Amino acid sequence: MTFTFLILAVIILGSALAAALRPNLIHCALLLVVSWLGVAGFYLWAGAEFVAFAQVLVYVGALSMVVLFAVLLTRQSRAELRVDAPETRRAVWAVIAGVAVSGVIGAAVFATKWDPAPVTAPEVTVRGLGLELMGAHAAALLLLGVLLTAALLGAVVLAAPDRPEKEEKS
Amino acid sequence: MIAAALTTDSFLERLPVLARDTVTGRLPESWRWMAGSLLEIIAILAGFGLLFAYLTLAERKILGRIQNRPGPNRTGWFGLLQPFADGVKALTKEDVVPAGADRVLHFLAPVVLVAVSLLGFAVLPFGRHLVAVELDTAVLYFFAAGTATELAVFMAGWASHNKYSLLAAMRALAQLISYELPLLLSVVPVVLVAGTLSTTKIVAAQGGWSLGFVPHWHVFTPWGAAGFVLFMVAALAESNRSPFDLPEAESELIAGHLTEYSGFKYALFFMAEYFGMCALSGMAVTLFLGGWGAPLAQLEWIPSYAWFTAKLLVLLLGFIWIRATLPRLRLDQLMKFAWKFLVPLTLLNLANAAGWSLTAGWTGPLQLVRWAVALALVAVPFVVLGRTLSAGSAPRTYRFA
Repeated sequence: MTFTFLILAVIILGSALAAALRPNLIHCALLLVVSWLGVAGFYLWAGAEFVAFAQVLVYVGALSMVVLFAVLLTRQSRAELRVDAPETRRAVWAVIAGVAVSGVIGAAVFATKWDPAPVTAPEVTVRGLGLELMGAHAAALLLLGVLLTAALLGAVVLAAPDRPEKEEKS
Repeated sequence: MIAAALTTDSFLERLPVLARDTVTGRLPESWRWMAGSLLEIIAILAGFGLLFAYLTLAERKILGRIQNRPGPNRTGWFGLLQPFADGVKALTKEDVVPAGADRVLHFLAPVVLVAVSLLGFAVLPFGRHLVAVELDTAVLYFFAAGTATELAVFMAGWASHNKYSLLAAMRALAQLISYELPLLLSVVPVVLVAGTLSTTKIVAAQGGWSLGFVPHWHVFTPWGAAGFVLFMVAALAESNRSPFDLPEAESELIAGHLTEYSGFKYALFFMAEYFGMCALSGMAVTLFLGGWGAPLAQLEWIPSYAWFTAKLLVLLLGFIWIRATLPRLRLDQLMKFAWKFLVPLTLLNLANAAGWSLTAGWTGPLQLVRWAVALALVAVPFVVLGRTLSAGSAPRTYRFA
């Protein structure tokens, strides 16, 4: 069991590191997908099937496309896909940002009081998950829905042409 | 593990499991699990590999007959050896990789595509005791495995270092993403009514007959019939089949993201398309057509896997027939169809199924009300939406010169 975990950790961290170091942005994005797959593998290892498959569906299926489309739509040519070697200024800022984010996350992790896990894994059914989401966490779910809808509308507004296109003749 | 249930079944029903147990029985106890899994993988690979080979032949033959020509008939009896001739041809062809291509991704794309298109078969219950992996979240697994095909299409288009490949890949992605939504949304009602994501339990929920001859398949309920049709339309688009085959569009786009592929890599793409089609059809059989269940109680002596295969073949022949019948859509028509027609209908269908499961206790004349409301919820939006969307463009007036 620990051995599997170690392999998963190597995959997740290794591909994430490679994604940060590769000069080609498309390669970086694809390596990031490998890292996300590794995280899904970790959820499977931990026995959370539903979360693992949802992770694949959302991250590997949808989010990877967002990243790839964003990269391709913002670059004019293949030459621009190359990221130059980091300047000192950028590297310093990157380190500061990285430390700050990990500090916030780390503080949150250490400040949380972890209840000891029950000895037997709880029986998680899809129905139970749905009731939990719609009951105890309904507010969070609604907020997320509103946020995503706003983002979607924003994307439509940004992407839509200013004037209506000519009437299509068929 | 399922020995108790096995003893009551007929010999034919038990045959695949018995065959597996005879082979694994010779091995030490700790190896049996591994060997059993390996045998299942081999059976799926061999079975669907062969099905793929003969599906290509059947497609060419049937398309030929529909177009009033014989189709391939020179290799073997009635052209029966054609798939193998094609395989040898694909294997021996020169593998051309463009000079500017990203070699690793160019190589990985077809491999990833075939690998992920095979993953879905693991959770399909082919028969009463025939499912490779029993998962509580099988339906979610199936569609999660399917999403990686988009990445492979992108890799193929981008790694080819060809403007047309990249543009075609983006178009293909737009199509795949757009149709994934109705595909998933048409599945949700089944999960809602069956109350489970497990494929075996969904099949079990469709067992039994009302009035002695109407099976409890989901397709025989108003929301199920609508869901089945919506699912099949979205599945057609997801597997890039005609009339949604514009990512490939041999005649005008020189095969889109496949332009720079030749030889066996091209064959792998071709294979993945058929595997995807088979997997989605198998899922449709499982979700809507009662899985391996027999249509009549009197016909249950025919083994369950035969019923599954028969239903699968009917759906696959439907795919071929549609390809022979319908012309290709334009990209804007494709998008309009997905977002303005399929998505609203699937959402309404979800509400319809929710109402259906809430009114499950209604009896007597209330049953009639239940059916009438559900049927109206299917038919009225379909007609209204279809009329509104096609206003101005249909019916067409044809002027001949």
